[in-house]
Amino acid sequence: MNRFSVHIHGWLLLLPAAVLLVLFTHYPVVATLYHSFFSTPRGSVPPVWVGLENYRQMIDDPVFWQALTNNLWFAVGTIPLSIALALLMAIWVNGKIQGRSFLRLAYFTPTVLPMIAVANIWLFFYTPQYGLLEQITGFLGWPSHNWLGSRDTALACLIAVAVWKEAGFFMIFYLAALQQIPPNLNEAGAIEGAGRWYFFRRITFPLLMPTTLFVLVNAVINAFRLIDHVVVMTRGGPDNTTSLLLYYVYEVGFKYWDSAYAAALTMVLLLGLALLAIAQFAFFERRTHYQ
Amino acid sequence: MSAVRLESVSKHWGASHAVDRISFETRSGQFIVLLGPSGCGKSTTLRLIAGLETTAGGHIFIGDREVTSLPPAKRNVSMVFQSYALFPHLSVAENILFGLKVRGVNVGERQERLTQVADLLSLDSLLDRKPSQLSGGQQQRVALGRAIIARTPVCLMDEPLSNLDAQLRSEMRSEIRALQQKLGITMVYVTHDQTEAMSMADQVILMRDGRIEQDAAPAELYHRPASVFAARFIGTPPMNVVALANAGDAAGGAVIRGSTTVIDALPGEGRLLGIRPEDIVIGATGVAGTVEYLDYLGADSIVKCRVGDELLLVRTPGKFHGVPGDVVHMEWNPASQHFFDAASGRRIDTLDTVARAAA
Repeated sequence: MNRFSVHIHGWLLLLPAAVLLVLFTHYPVVATLYHSFFSTPRGSVPPVWVGLENYRQMIDDPVFWQALTNNLWFAVGTIPLSIALALLMAIWVNGKIQGRSFLRLAYFTPTVLPMIAVANIWLFFYTPQYGLLEQITGFLGWPSHNWLGSRDTALACLIAVAVWKEAGFFMIFYLAALQQIPPNLNEAGAIEGAGRWYFFRRITFPLLMPTTLFVLVNAVINAFRLIDHVVVMTRGGPDNTTSLLLYYVYEVGFKYWDSAYAAALTMVLLLGLALLAIAQFAFFERRTHYQ
Repeated sequence: MSAVRLESVSKHWGASHAVDRISFETRSGQFIVLLGPSGCGKSTTLRLIAGLETTAGGHIFIGDREVTSLPPAKRNVSMVFQSYALFPHLSVAENILFGLKVRGVNVGERQERLTQVADLLSLDSLLDRKPSQLSGGQQQRVALGRAIIARTPVCLMDEPLSNLDAQLRSEMRSEIRALQQKLGITMVYVTHDQTEAMSMADQVILMRDGRIEQDAAPAELYHRPASVFAARFIGTPPMNVVALANAGDAAGGAVIRGSTTVIDALPGEGRLLGIRPEDIVIGATGVAGTVEYLDYLGADSIVKCRVGDELLLVRTPGKFHGVPGDVVHMEWNPASQHFFDAASGRRIDTLDTVARAAA
């Protein structure tokens, strides 16, 4: 077989995966970018080149800014909390405790459940009058509260659901990483007199850094692409207080049928996520020890 | 003063006895080796001393303090692990200083001790490296450094040389021994390698199935093995242990089963003869045997001979000139004969052998 046919072979082997990747990942990005520079076609009116007009419109769009702010708060509320919980749960179920497999399973269950089912379960918890939360607060004699219907609590309710769902998923990564740490490091620490917290701070946590970085990047991406819960539980309401970026993109694109503006929003979202991911890697790379 | 003392210490894993009521004692500044095949309980014993495992019974003393239920940090011991257990993300210096930082030793003294240890172990140029940038031997030194910087009176080592190549192993052997003597620490060292035990130890504790088979100095272990197991565990090739039978003639005495030459005056039935390959000389007279197999090793040759129903290995200097099938005669000094009880495997010391050993 000559060099040429070796190359053909290689490319043919790559072809199926490459085709799928281009068709469903690269082409959509490029097409979205292209469409974001045109006006939305309406009926017989064809799209026309409008340059950065869609992006300029975004600057003047209060709902976009609110969705962005909501999303930032959502990220701040979910990311540190879910990662911290994940780590705590992983350390706990990594120990020698009774019913460890059951606990691991219990923690992982939210990840296995479909998003819509999760949202429905929590919708029941939050339901006014007879929801689980209402029954508990009612039992304690506290005033009734419409958790999802109130501007003050709706976003917090979504954050709680997201944390509940994410923490178990991230726990699996931490658990795997913890099991990679040789037990005799722990023993060496014990002989040197390192307490649990000291050992965690100086040894365990630094050794988990690659996992933390991975989990963090995933958590950020997840925070900015959450939509299922919003659709089922609040539809962005009340008064856009739970409208997150992707949900807003969906509304603009498929409710108002302004596909060009939705394309521009999508590009901003993508760019933002890419920058965040790069920043995280750049920041943590030097602080991370890979084995 | 005894540095480490165990009194009837046990450890069970479920129904199996990893360590079964063992007792021993070692003086301060001694190099003590726990020796035995895999699964004999030697590592478990070490971990019990370190406090990494809890005892099922018995008492452990370090210095004159009972430590049986104390946590590892309170026992005032240091330990070198088989896999070194270095912290991969910390530099060599940080690894060595880890324990001192935990104990809050001030920076000045930390630095001083680090310099001293680095000097002692020739680690000066490696202090800023990460463990992954070091060779196996260097990692071993770092683990050693982390153990000795603590200046604990007792240092525990769990097969520290088993991951090194043969060349490095023999270098480290003498280095560890020299270090131990220089610092005057009590070393408890676990190994399955009898060469390490023989060359390093002041006292060898040979273990088997969770019990102590023999607790003795290396020379005694070699010259007066307490059992067939001890006899065959020490020395390469191992000691020949062959069955004896009563000599057929009127005078009585013992012969190697299936042969005719009397080798001992007492009846042979129920006894085993132990004779080391290096104690046998091939010559013109003595027990007759047929060469079955030859192994030329350079400095010497191992000759396997059939004597009656039994096989004897003979270590003979240089190249052995002969071929399988040749009939040879083997002689040995009666003082180098060991006798064991066939049923129990324990050593039999007659007054005669005791007298000979003393002479």
